[in-house]
Amino acid sequence: MSTEVSQIEELANKEYKYGFVSNVEAETFPKGLNEDIIRRLSAVKEEPEFMLEWRLKAYRHWLTLKEPNWANVHFDPIDYQDISYYSAPKKKPKLNSLDEADPELIKTYQKLGISLEEQKIFTGVAVDAVFDSVSVATTFKEKLSELGIIFCSMSEAIKNHPDLVKQYLGSVVPYTDNYYASLNSAVFSDGSFAYIPKGVRCPMELSTYFRINAANTGQFERTLIIADEGAYVSYLEGCTAPMRDENQLHAAVVELVALDNATVKYSTVQNWYPGDKNGKGGIYNFVTKRGMCKGVNSKISWTQVETGSAITWKYPSCLLIGDNSIGEFYSVAVTNNYQQADTGTKMIHMGKNTRSTIVSKGISAGKSNNSYRGQVKIIRKADNARNFSQCDSLLIGDKCGAHTFPYLEINNPTAQMEHEATTSKIGDDQIFYLNQRGISREDAVNLIVNGYCKEVFKELPMEFAVEAQKLLSVSLEGSVG
Amino acid sequence: MLEIKNLHANVGGKEILKGIDLTVNTGEVHAIMGPNGSGKSTLAQVLAGRKEYEVTKGEVIFNGKNLLELSPEDRAREGIFLAFQYPVEIPGVSNVNLLKTAINEIRKYNSEEELDAMEFMTLLKKKMKLVEMDQSLLSRSVNDGFSGGEKKRNEILQMAVLEPKLSILDETDSGLDIDALRIVANGVNKLKSPDRSTIVVTHYQRLLNYIVPDYVHVLYNGKIVKSGTKELALELEAKGYDWLKEQKEFA
Ligand SMILES: Nc1ncnc2c1ncn2[C@@H]1O[C@H](COP(=O)(O)OP(=O)(O)OP(=O)(O)O)[C@@H](O)[C@H]1O
Ligand SMILES: [Mg+2]
Repeated sequence: MSTEVSQIEELANKEYKYGFVSNVEAETFPKGLNEDIIRRLSAVKEEPEFMLEWRLKAYRHWLTLKEPNWANVHFDPIDYQDISYYSAPKKKPKLNSLDEADPELIKTYQKLGISLEEQKIFTGVAVDAVFDSVSVATTFKEKLSELGIIFCSMSEAIKNHPDLVKQYLGSVVPYTDNYYASLNSAVFSDGSFAYIPKGVRCPMELSTYFRINAANTGQFERTLIIADEGAYVSYLEGCTAPMRDENQLHAAVVELVALDNATVKYSTVQNWYPGDKNGKGGIYNFVTKRGMCKGVNSKISWTQVETGSAITWKYPSCLLIGDNSIGEFYSVAVTNNYQQADTGTKMIHMGKNTRSTIVSKGISAGKSNNSYRGQVKIIRKADNARNFSQCDSLLIGDKCGAHTFPYLEINNPTAQMEHEATTSKIGDDQIFYLNQRGISREDAVNLIVNGYCKEVFKELPMEFAVEAQKLLSVSLEGSVG
Repeated sequence: MLEIKNLHANVGGKEILKGIDLTVNTGEVHAIMGPNGSGKSTLAQVLAGRKEYEVTKGEVIFNGKNLLELSPEDRAREGIFLAFQYPVEIPGVSNVNLLKTAINEIRKYNSEEELDAMEFMTLLKKKMKLVEMDQSLLSRSVNDGFSGGEKKRNEILQMAVLEPKLSILDETDSGLDIDALRIVANGVNKLKSPDRSTIVVTHYQRLLNYIVPDYVHVLYNGKIVKSGTKELALELEAKGYDWLKEQKEFA
């Protein structure tokens, strides 16, 4: 056994010495943001001219914007000159075994049921598991490319598929869209790109690969997914393992495009560092996610489980342009301690017979604040549009808050709207009832919370749903006392 | 099995139990009767460990253990089951899920192997028959939108599945129609065994025709003022509680 282990370690070390880590330029830009920095960023990434131009336009536009302050969240102003806008992926301090890793982190991983191998990857223990996953990813990639599916990093896509990027980047979220989207457009570091060609059903969830690599994506992530006519893809973002990250601000942009008869399903589990029990530290997550149902009968479905970050500001939305197109939004947002979340969706009905479904489940515990902000807009020529919205809030304890801000804008009399909203509290009598059946306080809360989230969890791919459930229980640990 | 000595308890700063003494031996059925507000449910809740009910004096020994030191869930795992007078609704949590979680938590505590889905369903089917419960209630959320009678029957189903050592039925008969009463009582009787005990809280002698008690106690103003055999219940039915008041005052 011990020789086996040392062999693995030896191999791992060897690979690290000669391996793929060395081909990454180890460079970090000085702090600050100006046109020179953007030029340098684009140059380091060997981007074509059009990309630099686009970044610069975005930057110049960003300079004219003011940071929004309408979300129901509160934070100290961010100094955008105090951030370094390019940092080559850092080599994590290499550990020899899990014993050297932060025991708190390991405990959480264990509770989440994350495999030993992955625990090692996340904490940076060098073993062959890393290479296993990379080779798994490579096998996936080969299989995908046989079908004509392009799945790569955004940087690669810019270099290898500039036409697609030129055509679609910013087509859903223009660089003028909002403060954070403009900033992202100017300085985005990397992200994922997927293109599913006509009539192809992507045979696997685009997930495993991402999960492994998610650990090193930057602060300004950019993702673009395009499903061509009749294509189908299900994409999983994120990772249930908590990420330790020194970057405080995250401003990602995700764009989805569905052409005629295409479907894109996008699932997220977000579990970034929420700050400590007293509300110190933690990530500010200001994301712009939008899908465009461009073609007829197209469908875009967002499912999200948000448990992390100190502040979350996020509204995955759908532009329903094609006739008969469908937009869906299923969300569980959990806040505990001092976390603040302002999240929701926008469904913009533009085509005829378009339908949207919104199911939002907010859970607040501790001293946290959880807001749902949703907009349903039906333009004049969108005949027979239908929307169903259900916004539920669950309170745990009496120091937290839940807020709902629904906005409706209906410009066509044929629209059918249905809206349901509930606020409930986990009652002491419910907990006691379950206690009396032999179930502990913590399990009782989990049982109730999981029951409450059922409708959303069932939208997640099976294994992800199981992880999400465990994640919820870890996030709410100690929330009832 | 259960030994209650000089138990005093407060709710909301007011003393409700004022010195209860009660011994329940293994295999016995005890009935507790008494007027509204006399403290019957309070006694049940105190035994189950509800924290709003503050024990100020006395002790409770359950199978050799100091019951008052145990958490509510550990009391349940030790074998105490309370069929609530007012079962709460838990939207989102299915009846099946509750039962499966509960039985496995209890088994784990007692170092028994957990039941897998198949074993559990087999057991559940058997117990459903016992209380003649409709299958459709299983997949519904716990007590959510159940009729009064369905809630009570659901309590008995849970009892049947969990097979507690001591069952405390708090007015399980109220709200039941005649057939349901018979079914519930039957269920309780079928679960009766020499190593299990039952405390039935009721206002009606009628139930005691089905579930025949070994002892009947009258709880009055926080105290047990009279104990007897099943004939006492008949006497109460005929005479009400007032004659006890007089007796007590002169005692
Ligand atoms: N949480 C509480 N706060 C204040 N008083 C309470 C509380 N719970 C119970 N009481 C009081 O304690 C007394 C005993 O109540 P309990 O429910 O034990 O009566 P009971 O004998 O079960 O009556 P019933 O036959 O009507 O069910 C009542 O006067 C009741 O109002
Ligand atoms: Mg009562």
